[in-house]
Amino acid sequence: MSILSIENIHTYYGNIHALKGISLHIEKGEIVTLIGGNGAGKTTTLRTISGLLKPREGTVKLNGEDLSKYKAHEIVYKGISMVPEGRGVFARLTVTENLEMGAYSRNDKGENSRNLERVFTLFPRLKERRTQVAGTLSGGEQQMLATGRALMASPNILLMDEPSMGLAPVLVELIFDTIQQINKEGTTVLLVEQNASMALGIANRGYVLQTGQIVLSDSAEALKSNPTVQKAYLGME
Amino acid sequence: MQSYRIRRINWTDLFMWLVGAALLALIIGGSYLTLQQGKYTAVQWFDLAVFGLAQGSVYALIALGYTLVYGILRMINFAHSEIFMGGAFIGYFAATSMQRSGFMEANPYLGIVIIFLVAMTTSVIIAVLLERIAYRPLRGAPRLVPLITAIGASYFLQYVFRGFFGTQNRAYPEIAVIKGTFPLFGDFQIQKIQVIVIIAAALMMAFLAVFVQYTKTGKAMRAVSEDKSVAALMGIDVDKIIVSTFVLGAALAGAAGVLYSFMFRIVTFYMGFIPGLKAFTAAVLGGIGNPPGAMLGGLFLGIFESLGPTLFLDGLGIPAPYQLKDVIAFTMLVMVLIFRPTGILGERLSKTKA
Repeated sequence: MSILSIENIHTYYGNIHALKGISLHIEKGEIVTLIGGNGAGKTTTLRTISGLLKPREGTVKLNGEDLSKYKAHEIVYKGISMVPEGRGVFARLTVTENLEMGAYSRNDKGENSRNLERVFTLFPRLKERRTQVAGTLSGGEQQMLATGRALMASPNILLMDEPSMGLAPVLVELIFDTIQQINKEGTTVLLVEQNASMALGIANRGYVLQTGQIVLSDSAEALKSNPTVQKAYLGME
Repeated sequence: MQSYRIRRINWTDLFMWLVGAALLALIIGGSYLTLQQGKYTAVQWFDLAVFGLAQGSVYALIALGYTLVYGILRMINFAHSEIFMGGAFIGYFAATSMQRSGFMEANPYLGIVIIFLVAMTTSVIIAVLLERIAYRPLRGAPRLVPLITAIGASYFLQYVFRGFFGTQNRAYPEIAVIKGTFPLFGDFQIQKIQVIVIIAAALMMAFLAVFVQYTKTGKAMRAVSEDKSVAALMGIDVDKIIVSTFVLGAALAGAAGVLYSFMFRIVTFYMGFIPGLKAFTAAVLGGIGNPPGAMLGGLFLGIFESLGPTLFLDGLGIPAPYQLKDVIAFTMLVMVLIFRPTGILGERLSKTKA
């Protein structure tokens, strides 16, 4: 059984029909990427999975359990964490406080301190800045913080929304290396990216979204050599 | 590319600066004349300052309620003054019944604690119902809607109390242990009740500061005030945190209601209006949404309002300047809104929204 499966979801913003019947599945231990242009519905898909938006039709199932009856904050307890678009760090809280908020759903002290150690090992920079207010961090450091914060909840599935956005190439490499490492340590990852070549570089499989629908789905290797994808998303002629 | 724009000085700005300068000149000139005339003794100034500090402490406690709710919902809870009134009112009933039964005389300290508990519980109940019934259904509505609802709720509560308990002014029972004065050196003395008010308020504010800074719920409150959806993604139950915020603010308002009625010894259904408005002024003065600002704003307003009329106006030959204390307080509000709309410790609104 897939760890996460989405069946034919339709999500609306008011009257705007943003997702027009999306179905996808993620197996345990995979990195799956959603690629597509602006307004294709990538972020909306993640927000629907995390419960911030409720689909009007269709279901999101985690290990076979329908998530529609849970609110966003309850879904975190089910093992799904999200790194939101634009990072969404709490600018007036310190780095440590941000990480503590990430662990809000976990009450086990030992687990929390192990997770904190893990985050500080993945991102030594955060350890240096732990007493600093998050608003004073650079974009890259904020992305590290947002990622670390999501890991503090010991998620089974990590949803990442545009982690490369606005970052220098060297930082993008670092973040993507970390995603691979997190995945190796046992977390399933659903990665939304505009930077399709980076995303397909680390993913097992990918889905291509266009105006609220999935137009292509295949292994990452196959998508990389698909002429349509090359032309539209990889900038090759 | 952003081009530099030279700010044009227009006539309105110039006029406002002139008004500001004139007020400043009035304050400095008036103070100079008053002090030169030497009509008031040091003891009288001291009394005024201590009274101002006590009153300011009450303003600060109420102001915290405005500022906490604003910080988390970006909404002015205009019914907060009625949360304060409700606590004071029901606390009054506890006080009178204990006084009548003789319990107050036998256990004065326990009695005072009970008054506080009753008042704070009442305020908390009112606030929780208010949030659940009047505000929560409107979350996500345009900002004007909850504002109008809050004003409506304020009148609703006032008239509920008026309907149940009538319009008369009720005299607060005299509690023996908080009467009288502590002698200091020389002619200086200080009223017991003022000491109690100042210390009680300081303790509660210290508690609040520690709570917001160090507890899990306090940190979650700060997180929710920054970004509700990201807070939900952390597993924070945003509704629960909003309710906790109302509870905290209301408990402080209920306590402030008791302290206020201990000081002024009168309880009526409209007693919340002026202190509520003053506390709102204090919250804006300190920078709304900023708890230390509310504390500072409250204390500053209390002292300003207590010393101000006599200090600024007496020397100018204005009779009975103390009658003008509300004029002084609200003039200051208008001036703050014109010259520093973000308040003393406030941040820029654009930054809050980003």
